Amino acid sequence: MTTSLALLNPLWEPFSRNEFLRNALLGSTLVAIICAIAGTYVVLRGLSFIGDALAHGVIPGIAIALLFGVPGVVGAALGALVMMGGVSLVTSRVRLSSDTAIGLLFVGMLSLGVIITSRSTSFVGDITRILFGELLGVSSTDLAWQVVVLAVVAAIAVVAHRPFVLMSLDDGLARTSGFSVRFFHSLMLTMVAVAVVGSFQLVGTLLVLGLLIAPAATGALLTRRVSTMMLTAAGFGVLSSYLGLLTSYHFDVAAGASIVFTSVYLFVLVAILTIPRRLRGHRELPHQHEHTH
Amino acid sequence: MVIENYPISTSTPTDMSPSAPTISATHLDVGHGVHSVVRDISLQVHAGELVVLIGTNGSGKSTLLKTMAGMLPPLHGEIAVLERRPGSAPRRVAYLPQHPVSSHTLPLRARDIVAMGRYAHLGLFRRATGTDRSIVREAMKRTGAVEFENQPLRELSGGQQQRTHLAQVLARQAEVLLLDEPTAGLDLSGKRAVADVIASERARGVTVVLATHDLHDAESATAVMLLAQRVVAYGPPAQALSDANVRECFGFTQPH
Repeated sequence: MTTSLALLNPLWEPFSRNEFLRNALLGSTLVAIICAIAGTYVVLRGLSFIGDALAHGVIPGIAIALLFGVPGVVGAALGALVMMGGVSLVTSRVRLSSDTAIGLLFVGMLSLGVIITSRSTSFVGDITRILFGELLGVSSTDLAWQVVVLAVVAAIAVVAHRPFVLMSLDDGLARTSGFSVRFFHSLMLTMVAVAVVGSFQLVGTLLVLGLLIAPAATGALLTRRVSTMMLTAAGFGVLSSYLGLLTSYHFDVAAGASIVFTSVYLFVLVAILTIPRRLRGHRELPHQHEHTH
Repeated sequence: MVIENYPISTSTPTDMSPSAPTISATHLDVGHGVHSVVRDISLQVHAGELVVLIGTNGSGKSTLLKTMAGMLPPLHGEIAVLERRPGSAPRRVAYLPQHPVSSHTLPLRARDIVAMGRYAHLGLFRRATGTDRSIVREAMKRTGAVEFENQPLRELSGGQQQRTHLAQVLARQAEVLLLDEPTAGLDLSGKRAVADVIASERARGVTVVLATHDLHDAESATAVMLLAQRVVAYGPPAQALSDANVRECFGFTQPH
């Protein structure tokens, strides 16, 4: 009995022995839940690309904040605001397809961030911290902040669930049901921005998008209700955090990247495993003749 | 059936005179931004009437419908729905968009889609009651969507999706229905189901405006408006659907 349990030691001993790893697991679990809530709506509404833009748009903000000795979160929040304004301006005014314009916007912001950080030698380490996070240096203050961010994201989801779901089906439907699409679209972007700004210190601005999209997309493949999709997303996010940290510990590889990579390969695995079911689902449709024109 | 036949007057203000039109437009220009698609539309629709907008793609019928739904501002002239600005009475006006998007990733069952029809009444927070659930169920029965209520939208055929969206519109229990090509993608039994639904809604005093390019949809209409980026004809079907008008609208004569 004891020997068989001892065999499983590598699965929990790293966490019981090292406080930094326990904190990392707690922090990434909170991030996973935050991202599951925000990511569900991002995936439903097809906003992945805008999420991407937001995640990169915060980089120059953080860099400028660090330059002036202000907390990075403040800069990230300002960067997110500028980016949200930029995205709305671009999608409403510029006569380019919005993914071209947003793509240029976020590469521009990313390079601006790198330019600012390269200005000073003391910044050399900072750009990697911004991009990939500091999961193994999570303090209890960081964890407290995560709880606040989780509360804000959850509150937005509770208030705006109905318009968010209507908008994922059709903007006109939300509009004619009496919900302001402009307001709730901005609220959704705000929710994504809060999730990104609140998570970047742990998993980094590059990697947070993986946790935002991959578990939610996995949930979408496996479920047929929004609530179960969100729960499944949270489950896969937390599982990825645990497996990623374990991999990171035993093979001495980067923690944040291991977590995000795990969440993406779990998505690929589920996508492959559910192919037969989805193909069957489409073959069973006997209503092709209903398309009369 | 009690739910289906609830009297329309319960949600109609008592001071509204019975002869006031539910939809009225005078010299209305509709379009997107500054570009008008159709100019100088005047029409009056009363409770229980069915007005069918007929035209090809790009003729302006969807644009007019969206203006009635309050999704596009009128560019010129006057329009009132239920004696108010379009879009200001979401509980009393239901709109069925053309080919509603059906993303493959949406994890929503048919019954969840229909239940969204109650959101206009429930707002952000109010919980759905037993009455809401029976309204939803009744709506699904009437369009036949009840047969596949537990299937996710992504596994439904185009016709089944259309029945689902139509049930959602019914679940709103509105006084005005604005339907953009409700019979698109439907087989004969589906088209008959739509016609039955429209007839029973009209019988309880509901005003219906329907956009289509199928002349058969106009058979039971009170009035028909033929559109081709302008009003080609407007009047009772027998009068408006003359061969000359139809040829001008479609470029050829449709058999009917």
